Amino acid sequence: MIAPAAARGPLGMGPGPEAIVRAVAGARRQARLRFRLVFVATWIVLVGGLVLLIGSTGRVDLEFLQKWGPFIFGGIPLTIAVSVVSIALAVVFAIVGALGRLSRNAPVYAAATLYVSLVRGTPLIVQIFFVYLALPEFGIVLPAFIAGCLALSFNYGAYMTEIFRAGIQAIPRGQVEAAASLGMTERHTMRRIVLPQAIRIVIPAIGNEFIAMIKDSALVSFVALQELFWRARTVGSANFQSFSTLVLAALVYWGLTIFFSLFQERLEKRMAESDVRL
Amino acid sequence: MTGAPGVAASAVHDPFAAPGDLTPTGASPMVRAIDLEKFYGSNHVLRGITLEVYPRETICLIGRSGSGKSTLLRCINFLEEPTVGTIEVDGLTVEADPLHARNARHREQIRQIRLRAQMVFQEFNLFPHLKVIDNLIEAPIRVKGVPRADAIATAEKYLAKVGLSEKRDEYPGRLSGGQKQRVAIARALTMEPRVLLFDEPTSALDPTLVGEVLKVMEQLAHEGSTMIVVTHEMAFAREAADRVYFIDEGVFVEAGPAAELLDHPRDQRTRDFLARTMRA
Repeated sequence: MIAPAAARGPLGMGPGPEAIVRAVAGARRQARLRFRLVFVATWIVLVGGLVLLIGSTGRVDLEFLQKWGPFIFGGIPLTIAVSVVSIALAVVFAIVGALGRLSRNAPVYAAATLYVSLVRGTPLIVQIFFVYLALPEFGIVLPAFIAGCLALSFNYGAYMTEIFRAGIQAIPRGQVEAAASLGMTERHTMRRIVLPQAIRIVIPAIGNEFIAMIKDSALVSFVALQELFWRARTVGSANFQSFSTLVLAALVYWGLTIFFSLFQERLEKRMAESDVRL
Repeated sequence: MTGAPGVAASAVHDPFAAPGDLTPTGASPMVRAIDLEKFYGSNHVLRGITLEVYPRETICLIGRSGSGKSTLLRCINFLEEPTVGTIEVDGLTVEADPLHARNARHREQIRQIRLRAQMVFQEFNLFPHLKVIDNLIEAPIRVKGVPRADAIATAEKYLAKVGLSEKRDEYPGRLSGGQKQRVAIARALTMEPRVLLFDEPTSALDPTLVGEVLKVMEQLAHEGSTMIVVTHEMAFAREAADRVYFIDEGVFVEAGPAAELLDHPRDQRTRDFLARTMRA
């Protein structure tokens, strides 16, 4: 019988192994704590400096912002609504696009490939103006909200097509074989076995796209949707207070993305811990 | 023994076939694979295989890795389309037709074969996003059109058979490898197939978990399920198989009752293989 190392105690002087393990763990904990403290202190210094710098310009009119702040903040619900509706529509475009990109049917594959290529090869702002300004020449007049969401989701759908394609391809072959062996048709297998698993895989990526979407939603201000950026821009330029209003708008966007990033992190963690292991 | 195609043109009959002890007298084979050939590119994996399995028989296929034994099993339910040959399961005959493998009529025939011949995989392949019970009832309800309540009752019956009733509402991710494979067996049984195909069902398992899966399989064999098992577990073959086939380089070298083939192999290749396996 050999006694465990810890119980054997020190052979000569020096500390026993248990004490060393404790000391190493303690040192690690301290290093981590020090890192965090320095991180927070640096942020405070940098953000403080930034605030001082902005304040020192003398162009931030707090009285003006107090008066117009509520109006600008009033654009937040529309910004979020546009982002949520657009990401939901984009998921639909992306699933259809991904199925097309994986299709053995040549015309379907060609159409999906053209969609991705065309949308990724042209500027988002051009697509937005196309829906809002060019379509009316053909008698297609869409309400601003629908035009904005359609353009955003059509664009994001093309980028997310590749995300979904990768997600579908990440499902192990054995899943498809098991479904086939159980007599499921290919359509049944895709809908009930492959897609539900693929969507779980791409949820973190959809979260990232959603956060990007919140920022890109500022572009729909150009179709006269009175969301956050439109309000900041309009109020600012009318009163020669663009500096104040744009700083405020930037802060709100920043806050929104931080909020949704935290939400997303928690979602990711919860999925990693869930029973549903892929 | 000759496995060469052409030479055995008239021999659609499996020379090794013999109805097992449990087979009703005068029964015709439950499964017939006739003159199977399979190429992967220029790689000739199956070189004229004919196999007949009678109702209530358990057949073990043994051989080195790469010998073609898994390919043969996968050809029987068309997870691999044979290059040439005929598969017959419970009276339904399907000719290999690799040129029209995506043809709708052919696909439907294959689906009918699969409903009769369920596969149990080495890697279990449970659906991780579905609870155990939902893994079991998905296909009966949506493929066979069984009413939901009946499907659940059947699923619970087979879960009890594999000893996992209490895991009914767990996700597969929470199960051990042995439990996963037992659920996979229950899933196959819930389809009430005519024959079960096992593709190295214990090869992915921790050695301590192999026993629980083999026990379930032995019970099924003794209860008269028709089974074709690709395995490296010689003890299982000895205990449960009516006949053992030794396959090498895409042909059957030798076959016979388990005790006879395992203890008194006639062919040198069989002897070499068994010597290496037993030593391992």
